[in-house]
Amino acid sequence: MYIYDQYDNQMLQDRITQFRDQTRRFLAGDLTNEQFLPLRLQNGLYMQRLAHMLRVAIPYGLLSSRQLRKLASIARDYDKGYAHFSTRQNIQYNWPQLEQVPDLLAELAQVEMHAIQTSGNCIRNTTTDQFAGVAPDEIEDSRPWCEIIRQWSTFHPEFAYLPRKFKIAVCGTVHDQAATQVHDIGLYLKKNDQGEVGFQVLVGGGLGRTPVIGAEICDFLPWQHLLTYLDAIMRVYNRYGRRDNKYKARIKILMKEIGPEEYRRRVEAEWQHDKDGPGTLTQEEVDRCKAFFTDPAYETLPDTDAAIEAEAGKDVMFSHWLERNVAAHKKPGYRIVTLCLKETGVAPGDVTDRQMDFIADLADRFSFGEVRVTHEQNVVLADVRLKDLYEMYRACMTESLATPYLGLINDIVCCPGGDYCSLANAKSIPIAEAIQRRFEDYDTQKAIGDLTLNISGCMNACGHHHVGNIGILGVDKKGEEFYQVTLGGSADRNAALGSVLGPSFAQEAMPDVIAKIVDVYMEHRQEGENFLATYNRIGIEPYKERVYANAD
Amino acid sequence: MPTLIKNGQVAANDWQLVDMDAGLDKVEGTDTVSNVIVPLAMWLAEKDTLTGCDKTIGVWLDSEDDPYSLADDVASLPLIALKFPSFRDGRAYSSAAILRTRLNFKGELRAVGDVLRDQLYYMQKCGFDSFELSDGVKTEDALSAFSDFHTGYQSTVTEPTPLFRRR
Ligand code: SF4
Repeated sequence: MYIYDQYDNQMLQDRITQFRDQTRRFLAGDLTNEQFLPLRLQNGLYMQRLAHMLRVAIPYGLLSSRQLRKLASIARDYDKGYAHFSTRQNIQYNWPQLEQVPDLLAELAQVEMHAIQTSGNCIRNTTTDQFAGVAPDEIEDSRPWCEIIRQWSTFHPEFAYLPRKFKIAVCGTVHDQAATQVHDIGLYLKKNDQGEVGFQVLVGGGLGRTPVIGAEICDFLPWQHLLTYLDAIMRVYNRYGRRDNKYKARIKILMKEIGPEEYRRRVEAEWQHDKDGPGTLTQEEVDRCKAFFTDPAYETLPDTDAAIEAEAGKDVMFSHWLERNVAAHKKPGYRIVTLCLKETGVAPGDVTDRQMDFIADLADRFSFGEVRVTHEQNVVLADVRLKDLYEMYRACMTESLATPYLGLINDIVCCPGGDYCSLANAKSIPIAEAIQRRFEDYDTQKAIGDLTLNISGCMNACGHHHVGNIGILGVDKKGEEFYQVTLGGSADRNAALGSVLGPSFAQEAMPDVIAKIVDVYMEHRQEGENFLATYNRIGIEPYKERVYANAD
Repeated sequence: MPTLIKNGQVAANDWQLVDMDAGLDKVEGTDTVSNVIVPLAMWLAEKDTLTGCDKTIGVWLDSEDDPYSLADDVASLPLIALKFPSFRDGRAYSSAAILRTRLNFKGELRAVGDVLRDQLYYMQKCGFDSFELSDGVKTEDALSAFSDFHTGYQSTVTEPTPLFRRR
């Protein structure tokens, strides 16, 4: 993991001092609400329905066990004993007191953490694939590049007051788990024929009110030019992005208005000035950052384990867990384990302080003290020995962290919605729970197979509903909470936006609606097809017919 | 008179800014001041008259104005002001950087409009060197803003060498 040096630490301390003073001036009446608003947002602090919400950055999803323990103790000391993993590889506290926030930030800084730029119209936390550095199909480890981007984007003086928020994702694996194509900038690491590293650059993707898949503006950007090129993209956006209408202010709208060709032309024109200038990355800097992400001390191990196979033969839930939650690792004898934080009855992504401490212990015991959080609101232990899997599984059971339904229908991605969020049109957590109860039976879930179900409480799409195979969106119908369903979304390399099924539904109807959709799939599916494949083959009509069959 | 900060100190403001809709008479008719900041549109339309009059002329740009329209003038203009219609409108940061790094403007670059304490540090990094503070901003608060951070990561106008080449 990246370790702060004196410069990083100094900047973090400067930021805390700055925010402490800003908070003081606000409480003293020297700053108006309006003036304080972007300042607190750029420190991750929202006003929610009932209280403040603080969003803490987990840069590209990576945490040490020490950091996770700190997050647990903050949940205990400043909150009600729990926190929420968001769909942006961040963690949110729902109940901190404004006056205490500077102290809370100081505590975070003790473990090199912060809430910088987790909100507001600035460059947000850069996200990546949770299997970076351990995936067998990796092209190039994205983590050092994410760190380079983190530093470049942190306190960038020119881009702190953009038209709107700005999100960057980097992906270095063949199988994209970072939803790269629906980010303002999506970067795919690739290698040219000479084996040199570069980036395919996509711009203008995004969800929200107008979901768009990013358009390529550069097929291969040599790594040296990463930051100067990003500067150019940002400058074009900062100058020409719309500021007259909040809903038209994202880069995707500018992209639509001028088209990818023109966008590329403007970026190239801008970039010519800085290309090869002092902002050009050096081999030395890349090597410095890469040195923080070298392999841990892996042992030489066989890639099979008879004892584990024997346990799987006896313990059927364990065998399900192996199948669903355990993925191949680049090193023989190691596996990537995902803990699914989707126990029925618990808001998706919520963790208690106790669970966080427990996961930190697990990481120390089984995975070199490191943890990753995913945008699907789960937690990954990336370097677990095959031979330890059963012991780890048994341990997870004691804290309700052994649910074997990763990637199944009950592994729901869900924003906080109307229970917490002041922007919500509708609640989302109770919908998730009602659906989970409907599909509680594990064999049913398993029979359905791979299916992503994403729920957002409003158009802002924090629950990524457009890219769920099944997407659910809370809408407001004359003051009542209704839900619109989309089908066919996907967030991988073949990213697709879901299509609206039809008129929206009342809350009580939702489990039945989802069940009917699933039935149609089960009846039509052919050998080897998952939900998305069947949908892509048969189209939306059969689902419509079934769901709206009895409607007048 | 709003407080002016120049090069990190409180300074006397010897420039008068004329509004967008003001006419040329506003410039020529101001007997009391000899330095006038005119809007870009006026400058582009009346360049000859303005350079011929007895005032020293600076130009101000609104946030949507293109700094490149001053490409031919930067060498002779002593002052350019960039307006922040709202402190949340960040276009002037880019305009400032363009004036300094693309057009090589060496004169005084002034922030006007909704200029508050908490944006001064970033403004300075983008090349502003004078700041006309909004009403209500305390001078001592503002003066402390320039040392909010010891250093930054990026290549900026005031520190073109990014941290990764210095650390
Ligand atoms: S999608 Fe809407 S309701 Fe859900 S967290 Fe985002 S803003 Fe709030």
